[in-house]
Amino acid sequence: MRATAEQLRALRQEVAGLERWQAEAQPRRVALGHPEMDAALGGGLEPGRLHEVFAAEPGDAASASGFAAMLAARLGGGILWLRQEQAGRQGGALHAPGLCEIGIDPARLILGVLPDPLAVLTAAGEAARCPGVGVVVAELWRTPRVLDLTATRRLSLAAETSGASVLLLRVEAEARPTAAQSRWSVGTAASVPLEAGAPGYPALSVALTRHRGGPPGGPWQVEWDRDGASFRAWGGGGAALSGPPLPAAAHG
Amino acid sequence: MAVETQRGAMRIVASDRRALALDIMPGLALADARARVPDLLAEAHDAHADRLWLERLAELCDRYTPMVALAAPDGLLLDVTGCVHLFGDEAGLAADAARQMAGRGLHVRKAFAGTPEAALALARFHRGPVVDEAQAVRGLPVAALHLPADTALALRRAGLATIGDLAARPTAPLSARFGAETTTQLARLLGRADSRITPRRAPPALVFAHPFAEPVGRMEAVLGALGELAAAAGAALEARGMGGRRFEARLYRSDGEVRDLAVETGAPIRDPAVLLRLFDARIDALADPIDPGFGFDLVRLCVPAIEPLTVAQLALGEAADPQGSLSALVDRLSTRFGRERFRRFLPRDSHIPEQAQRAVPALAAGPAHWPAPEAGEPPLRPLHLFHPPQPIEVLSEVPEGPPLRFRWRGGTHDVLRQEGPERIGAEWWHDVRRPGEPRDYYRVEDKRGRRFWIFRHGVHQAAPAPRWYLHGLFP
Repeated sequence: MRATAEQLRALRQEVAGLERWQAEAQPRRVALGHPEMDAALGGGLEPGRLHEVFAAEPGDAASASGFAAMLAARLGGGILWLRQEQAGRQGGALHAPGLCEIGIDPARLILGVLPDPLAVLTAAGEAARCPGVGVVVAELWRTPRVLDLTATRRLSLAAETSGASVLLLRVEAEARPTAAQSRWSVGTAASVPLEAGAPGYPALSVALTRHRGGPPGGPWQVEWDRDGASFRAWGGGGAALSGPPLPAAAHG
Repeated sequence: MAVETQRGAMRIVASDRRALALDIMPGLALADARARVPDLLAEAHDAHADRLWLERLAELCDRYTPMVALAAPDGLLLDVTGCVHLFGDEAGLAADAARQMAGRGLHVRKAFAGTPEAALALARFHRGPVVDEAQAVRGLPVAALHLPADTALALRRAGLATIGDLAARPTAPLSARFGAETTTQLARLLGRADSRITPRRAPPALVFAHPFAEPVGRMEAVLGALGELAAAAGAALEARGMGGRRFEARLYRSDGEVRDLAVETGAPIRDPAVLLRLFDARIDALADPIDPGFGFDLVRLCVPAIEPLTVAQLALGEAADPQGSLSALVDRLSTRFGRERFRRFLPRDSHIPEQAQRAVPALAAGPAHWPAPEAGEPPLRPLHLFHPPQPIEVLSEVPEGPPLRFRWRGGTHDVLRQEGPERIGAEWWHDVRRPGEPRDYYRVEDKRGRRFWIFRHGVHQAAPAPRWYLHGLFP
């Protein structure tokens, strides 16, 4: 009887080892839908990692947070969005009907508004350890001192262990060395106009400024397709093009 | 001795034992009292402070029973039904209470009786030990009935001096002559009518207590006791198939201070480990740390209300991980940072954009159903909404036309594309007399590709002139 139990344990270990090997060999990737972006990422964005999203310019806060929301929509699962009180005053409060318009059901999202960057990072660390969370968005304005390499490494390790993805949303911030898997710089782009010159679908100018295990890429002009919940090339919506894409904004 | 101005004269409201021995009774004018005893020490009466003091004493008596009521101005009523065995017997409980009160410099008169009124009357008017409760009550003066002064006087004039005199008579003539209140009070006092006390707070559904033989000053020991209580609570809740959403720990210090700690969860729980982690987070987040003073002598865990909690069946091979779910995470974060900080969005049926959503604490609400936007449409509502809307300066071709250029936060934005207006009227049905002005919303995109949601408030050719605001940002 004991021999059987030991055999069973050995078998289990072997199977677990195989599974781990498989998991390491082929990390799961979530394709973003835009072929060039996916190619630059080697197939798609890795869930369970730390990714940084920078607003290219202070005025691009809404574009950057839109991009983070779109990535969260692609990655799936419950979303915990952590902000500072200051962010709501400067950049406007997160508006649930606007989340609907991007394709995120607000019922999936819990918003945390915290007093200071340290509280945001602490809460993000706690959330990143929780496997029941799909995406943790931590929005930090400027460059707080508490956000150093150690803090990001801690977040990154927690995300890898639990499988939750962490998106660090940075506005008016300067890039510092971090343990992030990828770093994006997001600016706005002119949309493809609809009938009667109406502003069209969300259009962004996105650059991959840093990527582990690959060269940086972009910038790309992308459009967000809410109904398909994916990115597509600018003007891919089939609307009439009225002019060439504008040059991308400066990337930091 | 305390004095207060009553009917134009300084009169004595309360006097201590030594003053009573000198026959200085409440109701006496201060001038008369001073005439008798020149070196009287008088203080102004502060009813509010007395009340607060009584509240604190009631808090202290919470250790005997959760059913504590105030009998202002100077009494406390405790319903000790089923609690006496914790202290041996009634005498043991009374002795413990007397010891606690004596530690505060108080002289206590106490009595046990079948009804709250009888207990109060015996404590206030009976001298000596109570051997036979019914006999003792009958011997009390009619003042024990707490009747208006004129009724009490009328009773005395009729030769009815004690409760026993009244009890021996038929109730109908008594009621006719001295009012219905007399007989009602009498029935309550004699236990003929049912009477309850109204406790200061609702008694919790479940209470678990851990007394210490000696006051304990180390927090580890207190937390250990809390752990045992959590385990007991978990077992009791599991036996009932219930869970709790709020847990209150009360730490009773030996000097009478009481420290409350409460944790709350979004869904009912009963797992002791989860509960302890929440309490740990709560203690970590305290602004002023718990001061053990000379030690705690009692820890109590209350579950104010219980709810059904069914065990979800796990799929084969699925690991049980109650700590890992999003709701458990929100419980922990809300406990640590405050329940108001973590919110969930609920839809609200309103046209006014800033009122179309409601952000409620995530602990208090479950997920709601949000309508999906229409396929093929670009975003019609912004991702970021300013509250209040930001005033902007707008240049437009015609007063009622779309904007051409606007200034916001020191920057100029040339409008390249726009759509609108989408008119959103004020909700006049809320206040018919003052209907608000409508808003004309435009979705605009400037030359750099930034998309804004701006509106004109008011109508052209009306006073005051319409004003422009920026309300939101699109991605």
